[in-house]
Amino acid sequence: MANFRDIIGAFKDKPGGIIEAYHALQKEYNYIPKGAVAEAARVFGISEAQAYGVATFYSYLATEPRGKYIIRICESAPCHIAGADQVIKAFERHLGIKIGETTPDGKFTLEFAECVGQCQETPVVTINSVPYVGITPEDVPAVLDKCR
Amino acid sequence: MHSLKEMRREFQRAFNVSTNRVKVAIGLGTCGIAAGGEKVWNAVNEYVENEGLDVDMMSTGCLGMCYAEPIMEVHMPGEPRFVYGNVKPETAVEILERHLKYGRPSPEYIVGQDPRGFEPAPNIMELKDTGFFKSQVKTVLGRCGIIDPEQIAHYIAFGGYEALEKVLSEMSQIEVIEEIKRSGLRGRGGGGFPTGRKWEAAYNSPGPKKYVICNADEGDPGAFMDRSILEGDPHSVLEGMAICGYAIGADEGYIYVRAEYPLAIKRLRKAIQDAEAMGILGDNILDSGFSFRIRIAAGAGAFVCGEETALMHSIEGKRGMPRVRPPYPAQSGLWGKPTNINNVETYANVPGIIRKGADWFAAMGTDNSKGSKVFALTGKIRRTGLAEVPIGISLRDVVFDIGGGIQNDRKFKAVQIGGPSGGCIPASHLDTPIDYDSLIQLGAMMGSGGLVVMDEDTCMVDVARYFLKFTQEESCGKCTPCREGTMRMLQILERICQGQGGPEDIDTLENLALVVKSTSLCGLGQSAPNPVLATLRYFRSEYEEHIFNKKCPAGICVELLDIIIDPAACKGCTLCKNVCPADAITGERKKPHSIDPEKCIKCQACIMKCPFGAITKG
Repeated sequence: MANFRDIIGAFKDKPGGIIEAYHALQKEYNYIPKGAVAEAARVFGISEAQAYGVATFYSYLATEPRGKYIIRICESAPCHIAGADQVIKAFERHLGIKIGETTPDGKFTLEFAECVGQCQETPVVTINSVPYVGITPEDVPAVLDKCR
Repeated sequence: MHSLKEMRREFQRAFNVSTNRVKVAIGLGTCGIAAGGEKVWNAVNEYVENEGLDVDMMSTGCLGMCYAEPIMEVHMPGEPRFVYGNVKPETAVEILERHLKYGRPSPEYIVGQDPRGFEPAPNIMELKDTGFFKSQVKTVLGRCGIIDPEQIAHYIAFGGYEALEKVLSEMSQIEVIEEIKRSGLRGRGGGGFPTGRKWEAAYNSPGPKKYVICNADEGDPGAFMDRSILEGDPHSVLEGMAICGYAIGADEGYIYVRAEYPLAIKRLRKAIQDAEAMGILGDNILDSGFSFRIRIAAGAGAFVCGEETALMHSIEGKRGMPRVRPPYPAQSGLWGKPTNINNVETYANVPGIIRKGADWFAAMGTDNSKGSKVFALTGKIRRTGLAEVPIGISLRDVVFDIGGGIQNDRKFKAVQIGGPSGGCIPASHLDTPIDYDSLIQLGAMMGSGGLVVMDEDTCMVDVARYFLKFTQEESCGKCTPCREGTMRMLQILERICQGQGGPEDIDTLENLALVVKSTSLCGLGQSAPNPVLATLRYFRSEYEEHIFNKKCPAGICVELLDIIIDPAACKGCTLCKNVCPADAITGERKKPHSIDPEKCIKCQACIMKCPFGAITKG
């Protein structure tokens, strides 16, 4: 596993590169690990408060560990009128966790997403950024099985 | 200057040769992939290899018919191009077996044909005559779904980079700006500011370093045209940006793409690399002396970054918070330098305007809104997808002719246009022409062009609540009216949906809405109340029903529902009793059952289970 210092260091000459560095960290760890925010602050010459501010401002960035599979359920209006509520409930029921939580085995995290621009067939769910469209509550077990 | 003319002819020849070979094209935009396009691709590939067929396979972007994905096209020498829709891996193989081996198309799967100069097949509609395409013009989307977006040669063969060449070889900066001004092009991302005037302001700003930014942070719920352009024709955006760079005197551009669009990012990266390798981007472009580099900045999930000053902060590696304007980006933008920002569709319009002239462009549209606009059709509409129409066409044409009307023969109720910044338009205004100014008069706005169609089963108070929930969550928190105002408005809406609304709530909502609108710092807050104001304007009675009669006329707001068993229709089969998770249903076998409203959690599982239709919500 790559060292987070090396990952951040790769972006040090890039103006405004901190967000890209955070993306790279998440690719490796699925979240921004402890210590990495302070390291990013040092590398990019900003205060730790600013680096932490960036890490917590954006919904794609996380400072807490997350599951291997990050399931994001869109709850924007087009998905909502297509019945996203029932899909959310189905995922919560099948995984035994609530939105915002991670399963105890560290496998799945459930999150809300805002519109991911796949509104041609709603409701939409993304799993590690791969969109699944037109999902009904009945589809949920099969979708989860693909990850297991 | 180095010319692409010879190369273009060569690419055209190559493309024509390839169109005279057997070709299978499969739509692999994210809409195609999500519908199973890759599985179709793999099945076709395996079939072609196993059978040892001499077939060219090509992946294309989105043709706009997302409702018919996965889409597969079959071209045979001397034959029309046949477009098959809703293709599954098995059916794809079946279709090819008949079509490639025995020369027999399968009309039952064909959504249309494009004769491309050959004798059309009888009894099959031409694509351009189908309801979906009949009223469309394909200018910005002209190449989407036709070319392979990862092949720069295809783009060039279809007239790509001709406009950039023209600009660099024969036009001055002022001439370019004048041409864009004369075309009447207005920003396609939301506000509709005249593009030429924006460019002029950036041109007039002094300084050796300027930037061009493409706003690809398409975040409006229900809008996905920019994604489709980036996935299906990325070079058109690069070309538009390079022309802008030349016009305003910038040598560097950024495309800010939202993290939700990984395929768009991948294709853009490839497009930039390919263009640089051919000397079309980078230093001394085509030996003209003009240099222009484009970089990609990926967003990280913040709707507010679609606001231009927030977007620039995000590229600079900061929190994406907007700031007060002026100074406008044209004076002080990215890293304090003069900057021009337009969105994806706006840049994609530019090469066509330069190539075909401002007059050609201005001939489409209305007096104050020129050209075409791409709309994303979503919601309870039959044909979801992307439609490009001349501005000024009526909403009815878009929803009913192109979109095919409402799913499941339900009744049309409203269409939300412009996402969370826009408003909903009721049936009584369906004949309004869609242009920037008419929509504002109706309390909506063009926005990015997302159309969310709603049927009679949609509760308008609930819809307003969902749009507001979105803006409230996406509010960056910097200015008080937006941060606090949207929160208070949301609380009131939630209260109304739960049946706890008071008689004063509508007035309070309206007052708050006007304050938030007029005092928020950026466009997010200034437009956040629009969905509430528009629903209040056209569907006030629904609010009143919720508040005074504690009823949700559409039967959506759970707390206001009564689930009732009709004793005359109930056969006492006990299915509902067994499925009820709250033990709210009682009754003996073969005798009418009843529901205890105190225990009922309104999950409606019983309604779905009842084989006799005896349970209803009222």
